Amino acid sequence: MIVKLLAASLRANLHYRASFFMQTVAAALITCVEFLGIWALFSRFGSLPGWSLPEVALFYGLINTAFALTDLFSRGFDMFADTLRVGDFDRVLLRPRAAALQIAGQDLRLRPLGRLAQGAVILAWAAAHVAWTPDRAALAALSLAGSFCLFYGLLVFQATIAFWTIDSLEMMNSLTYGGVYAGGYPLDIYPLWFRRTFTFAVPLACVNWYPVLAILGREVPPAAAWLAPLAGPAFLGIALMAWRVGVGRYASTGN
Amino acid sequence: MPQILVENLVKTFRVAERRPGLAGAFAGLFSRKHRTVRAIDGVSFSIEAGELIGYIGPNGAGKSTTVKALSGILVPDSGRCEILGRTPWKDRVAHVARIGVVFGQRTQLWWDLPVTESFELLRDIYRVPAEDFLKRRDELVALLGLGPVLDTPARQLSLGQRMRCDLAAALLHAPPILFLDEPTIGLDASAKLAVRDFVKRLNRERGVTVILTTHDMDDIEALCERVMVIADGRILSDGTLAKLRQSVTRERWLTLDLVEEKGAIEDPDARVVERDGLRVRLAFDPEKVSPAVLVARIAARHPVRDLFVENPPIEAIVARLYGELKP
Amino acid sequence: MTPYLAVVSARFRVLLQYRAAAFAGVVTQTFFGFVRLAILLAFFRAASGPQPMTPADLPAYIWLGQAMFQMVPWSLDREVAALVRTGGVSYELLRPVDLYNQWFARALALRTAPVLLRALPMVVLAAAFFGLGPPPSAASGLAFAASVAAALLLSCALTVLLNVTLMWTLSGEGVSQLVLVTVIVFSGLVIPLPFFPDWFQPVVTALPFAGLMDTPLRLYTGNIPATDAVAFLTRQVAWTLALVLAGRALLARGTRRLVIHGG
Repeated sequence: MIVKLLAASLRANLHYRASFFMQTVAAALITCVEFLGIWALFSRFGSLPGWSLPEVALFYGLINTAFALTDLFSRGFDMFADTLRVGDFDRVLLRPRAAALQIAGQDLRLRPLGRLAQGAVILAWAAAHVAWTPDRAALAALSLAGSFCLFYGLLVFQATIAFWTIDSLEMMNSLTYGGVYAGGYPLDIYPLWFRRTFTFAVPLACVNWYPVLAILGREVPPAAAWLAPLAGPAFLGIALMAWRVGVGRYASTGN
Repeated sequence: MPQILVENLVKTFRVAERRPGLAGAFAGLFSRKHRTVRAIDGVSFSIEAGELIGYIGPNGAGKSTTVKALSGILVPDSGRCEILGRTPWKDRVAHVARIGVVFGQRTQLWWDLPVTESFELLRDIYRVPAEDFLKRRDELVALLGLGPVLDTPARQLSLGQRMRCDLAAALLHAPPILFLDEPTIGLDASAKLAVRDFVKRLNRERGVTVILTTHDMDDIEALCERVMVIADGRILSDGTLAKLRQSVTRERWLTLDLVEEKGAIEDPDARVVERDGLRVRLAFDPEKVSPAVLVARIAARHPVRDLFVENPPIEAIVARLYGELKP
Repeated sequence: MTPYLAVVSARFRVLLQYRAAAFAGVVTQTFFGFVRLAILLAFFRAASGPQPMTPADLPAYIWLGQAMFQMVPWSLDREVAALVRTGGVSYELLRPVDLYNQWFARALALRTAPVLLRALPMVVLAAAFFGLGPPPSAASGLAFAASVAAALLLSCALTVLLNVTLMWTLSGEGVSQLVLVTVIVFSGLVIPLPFFPDWFQPVVTALPFAGLMDTPLRLYTGNIPATDAVAFLTRQVAWTLALVLAGRALLARGTRRLVIHGG
């Protein structure tokens, strides 16, 4: 059903071709510019202590690709505060399917394709510098999947908060866009408290840092590299439980 | 066992009070005053399969709260509700698969998609078997005359076309119960007639139970045998239109077309409801004075060209009813 | 002057209502500032030769940049954009005020109000926890203040120019996104402008965007010595004048078109 809903949204969006095209190009440009900044710093300083540009690019490429994929399929949650405000959520509840599935299928925007293309290109470039083994390839896939779930979980949380307040929701951008920005670099450049936050509260380190360390052949316990990405789906699961509580609250307060 | 059973439904809301001014807004950041509003306050009724019920009341009386609870998207504080043997809010998904809901002011069609594609998405959402879907869709398209607009995106439809499409969309899964919320709002006269005609046939021929909330008393008069009036969260009156009339007023209206426009019409047993040039409308109580006597008395003083006696329109009854509620 | 003051104050009151957005903005900008600073400082740990900025310059550059982020013309004035799109701009012409000045006044409020709400808490936070210090000298502080004022006017001139271009191209969203990219890169919001490669520096300095953010920030840190302030301020003012003149000329042509073709 989700696939059909998303396909419908896509067909609807294609009516606005010009604006869609401009938006995608602009989105790609913005993320390109970000990476150009990294490149400029490397060309001026030579290296980040302990990391080469291709290595940083692997962190950056993986996390941006994953986030772009999330962004592509989570528009309904991202815009949920609006759905709630105009009263369209009632309509969702009047249909005999799980509300979360309907929201997930509500809207598909192609704008994240810009980030996706750019992330994938950087990822491919970084990958060309990695000595691949089947294990490492599997870890990369695991990292992508884990990051996708983690970001999806963050957006579900953002939507859930909207059941209580729609003020200050943009704060969640620190964790989504901010998380992508911070996670595009090796986490050891940040202070300890920051790394802990992004390991235990929002497990960005688990889905990106540890598996990438293993892919790059750095010292890391295999258990950490292989198990850590599971924190992504776990986080999404918790977010969906919170979502159910939110829907329950909506049904008892009416908005 | 009635199809819809509602007992003592209560729902209260907490409403945050906004304080005026900048200082108030600032204080509102830290503490908010709430007051409790009883949206519905002990509503009870039962509905048998195949009834066509008008549910009316002033704005804010609790109509939409009731309808939301009945459709399973709002959980009441207390009270019982069973529809087709289920409590709507306890088993939302199973419940909503068996009802249809149409909001006059909102569409459930996908704005940018051709109507027929919206229908197909609904088929998937409601898991309607392909054969049933095709059969039912073709019937509805024929009944509502939707053929010419099937390939039009919803945003390009006129209000009347859109409403007909929304009716079809709500019925694709053949629900035995249909909730209609202001289905004729904003429609032109012919579109209203088309909608009413369709609803009537749906009810008479298919036995679909229809609960209609509306402000348009013509809808009620044209469609409903039974009318429930809600105000301030309580059911004020529940019964046939005739019973509603009687409970509010025994008044009848006498309309006179005079020959000449002069002099005030006065009579101890009647009061003037309106006067427009040569036409005068009087309200009187037939228990106190018979229409024949009243006409004779007035005709003695003012030459009358034509006259007729009628029941006051339902609008006047309802206005009266609401008016009596106000303190 | 009074009608324009009224425009500024009315817009101000509207924009000040977005307290919740401001609060969210402070949190988000603080987060990004923290990460940007950590990244730049990490690069310095590997630096061998002398660099165009010192690590000591960075906290002020980053934090003041984050605090004043809303001052750069990173979007158009949405309401004006809507006016132009719907043709409502014709009605604006009926008012007995100069349209350019009115739009400029709106831009002034648009670019200042969000900054006023956000800058103070961010500066306090950054000074308390993230190493933002005072400028090296009173002269640097003064030069900074003057340069911020000039940056604001430059930003407004650009905003109005963007509004005016809408009279020709109607896909406002696309334009606004491309402008955003240009502005954040060339005003120093991605990385401080001195870190761009040396061969690229002439391009960066030739464009007007450095005056939006980079110039005042570097004056504050002393990276541009206060003695050079006059030259940089002159550049900012010159660009502002040029953009105002261009904006006025285009607006005059645009309104003539409107009047002739009936919008």
